[in-house]
Amino acid sequence: MEHKSKYPISHVVGFLFSLVLTFVAVFVTLKMNVSYTIVMWIIGSLAVIQAGLQLFMFMHVTEGEDGKTNVMNMAYAVFVAIVIVAGSIWVLTSGHAAH
Amino acid sequence: MSANVNHSLPLEYQTEQNRLNILGFWIFLGAEIVLFATLFAVYGVLGHRYAGGPTPSDIFKLNDVLIETLLLLTSSFTCGLAVFFMRQRDMKKMLVWFIITLLLGAGFLFMEIREFIHYVHEGATMQTSAFLSSFFVLLGTHGAHVTFGIIWAIMLVIQLLQRGLTPVTARKMFIISLYWHFLDVVWIFIFTFVYLKGMVA
Repeated sequence: MEHKSKYPISHVVGFLFSLVLTFVAVFVTLKMNVSYTIVMWIIGSLAVIQAGLQLFMFMHVTEGEDGKTNVMNMAYAVFVAIVIVAGSIWVLTSGHAAH
Repeated sequence: MSANVNHSLPLEYQTEQNRLNILGFWIFLGAEIVLFATLFAVYGVLGHRYAGGPTPSDIFKLNDVLIETLLLLTSSFTCGLAVFFMRQRDMKKMLVWFIITLLLGAGFLFMEIREFIHYVHEGATMQTSAFLSSFFVLLGTHGAHVTFGIIWAIMLVIQLLQRGLTPVTARKMFIISLYWHFLDVVWIFIFTFVYLKGMVA
C-alpha cells in the first residue's frame, strides 16, 4: 500500500491515459462521420473508462483494509446512478411521447 | 482503540479512527454520486427543451470547455502527486503540488464563471428554457463543490503549516484528495454528456 517507488508511475500513466481519452472523445465528436447514437456510445464508454482510471489509479479505491467495502460501495452507487439516470429518462420521455 | 497506532501503514491509515473516517468519506462519495445522478437525470430529460431559446451548439465554445477540462484533469493529477509525496513524508513537495492543485482549481473556476457570464450576456439565463435551467443547476452544483473544495483546502494548508504532518493532518489531506479526484470524475461526465453531446446533435 505504501508507495515504495521514488516515481509516481501510476499517477503519470493515469494522467496520460486520461489526456488521450479526452482528446479521442473530442475527435470522435467532431470528426467522425457516424450517427449520433454511435458517437454517444463511443464517448460514453470513453467517459466510463476515464472515470475508472481516476478511481483506481488516482484514488486507489481498492487499498486499505476497507478496500473491498469501498469497491462494493462504489459499485452500488454506480448501480443506483444508472437506475436513476436511465430510468428517469426512459419513464419521462416515453411517458411524454405516449400523451 | 484509536490509541493503537500501526506504524507499518501510511500515516493516514495508522489509527482505527482514521480508517473509519476514510471509509466514511467513501460512503459520502457514494451519496454524492447519487446526488449528481439525479441532476444528470434532470438534464437528460429536459436538455433538449429549448423553448425557442439558444441550443447547446449556439452557446457552447469547445475551446473554453477544453481548457476547463484540462485544468481540472491536471489538478486531479497534481493532487495525486501531493498524496504520493505525503506518503514519502516529504511535506514540502506535498504542499507545493497541493498549492498547484488549488491554483489549477481556481483557474477552472475563473473559466467557468467567465463562461456563465458570457451565456447570460447572450441571453441564455437560468429562466430562458428547461435546457438552461437544468444546465445551470448541474454545472452550478459542480462549481459550488469546487468552490467549497478550494476553501476547505486553504484551511487545510493553514493547519498543515501549523501542525506539520501527523496521522490526523495526513488523514485530512487524504480525504480532501479523494474529494478533489471525485470532482474530476463528475466533470468527465459533464464534459461528455453535456458539452460533447451538445456538439454532436
